[in-house]
Amino acid sequence: MIDKRVATVADAVEGIEDGATVLVGGFGASGVPVQLVHALLDRGSTDLTVVTNNAGSGETDVAALLRERRVRKIVCSYPRSAGSVWFEERWRAGEVELELVPQGTLSERMRAAAAGLGGFFTPTGADTRLAEGKEVRVIDGRRHVFEEPLRGDVALVKAARADRWGNLVYRTAARNFGPTMVAAAALSVVEVDEFVELGELDPETIVTPGIFVDRVVRVGAA
Amino acid sequence: MRPDLRLSVRDVARRVAREVPDGAYVNLGIGLPTLVADCLGDDREVVFHSENGILGMGPAPAPGEEDPELVNAGKQPVTLLPGGAFFHHTDAFLMMRGGHLDLTVLGAFQVSETGDLANWATGDASHPPAVGGAMDLAVGARRVLVMTTHTTRGGEPKLLPRCTYPLTAAGVVDRVYTDLAVLDVTGEGFLVREMVAGLTRDDLQGATAARLSFADDVTELVPGERE
Repeated sequence: MIDKRVATVADAVEGIEDGATVLVGGFGASGVPVQLVHALLDRGSTDLTVVTNNAGSGETDVAALLRERRVRKIVCSYPRSAGSVWFEERWRAGEVELELVPQGTLSERMRAAAAGLGGFFTPTGADTRLAEGKEVRVIDGRRHVFEEPLRGDVALVKAARADRWGNLVYRTAARNFGPTMVAAAALSVVEVDEFVELGELDPETIVTPGIFVDRVVRVGAA
Repeated sequence: MRPDLRLSVRDVARRVAREVPDGAYVNLGIGLPTLVADCLGDDREVVFHSENGILGMGPAPAPGEEDPELVNAGKQPVTLLPGGAFFHHTDAFLMMRGGHLDLTVLGAFQVSETGDLANWATGDASHPPAVGGAMDLAVGARRVLVMTTHTTRGGEPKLLPRCTYPLTAAGVVDRVYTDLAVLDVTGEGFLVREMVAGLTRDDLQGATAARLSFADDVTELVPGERE
């Protein structure tokens, strides 16, 4: 019997160790697994490497992790936004390391990890300062930069509905990094608005098959 | 330069919009380029792409109709048109990087005469750097159009022999639309195709650090209503 459903968000983040690399879904405020990130905060997890597109804003989710000094390093494409006060404060004080990665490279590095690949060559970033120190190869007459896979110890993702096997569907553009992140982490945890019975999700439209998912927790509609 | 010898931002957006063919798949960069969407007539069907996994992106919703998850690259609420689709980030960037978009319109801090683009950083170390999807779009779209003011607010030229700001991508810009001119990036540098009526070639060269050449048939850009 497979049942990936857990009762509480505390159960959902059980076992996540200090020093973990945590992939956190979301694009701006869209698709951020706010309840799971707060459960991680409540758990006391620290010394984290957080991989996420933006560095949080206001006082919630990744911004709260930064405020409470739980983050050692952020890997992201766009840490600067209206309200990214805590990232900027910690970064200016030298308390958090930033690895800036072009957005498509960020996503593809996680996909490479998910796919069992040792990396890839991309034209993105060639001849820019973000390629400094990286191997460059000319392919089809164009300069390409070698990028390494990016694997998570944990992925925290938000979806709309799940069944007990962990099959997922998402809502509108909240899907963003979710399908890639759950496939790229050793432990993938998903918060959903709703549980449905096995067989209720149309198999033609399941976006993430449950093989990539370890735990699902219902947090209710936002 | 006389203010009447300059296009408004809306004029530039209208001029860029004329360049968007029927049936095109298009990504508009954050900021000024988003104005282009408002300037397309009903005679063309254009599919707008957003890096966070949307094709067929529509205009802003009516007040009260916003969906906090359905946003554009600038995190502003948008809508989905009939025929639109959602997909995940890795596929969104596959479309961008892999040459599947017909064109993109990007803003710029600087453009070089060899088509280098600088639009993500000024080298100011007091702010954290942020790049987003700019590099992927610049290397991947089939046509890269730049929409920008010809000079900075302080009057410094933005069209240069070489960019002094950190590059977004090298040798990618096809054409530049400014408030003064439309210029192609050619193997021999910037070629002026269109310029504002009343402006002299010396005026335009004076506002440009790169050496300009002029097409045989330079046409006039006429400013529209004032804003």
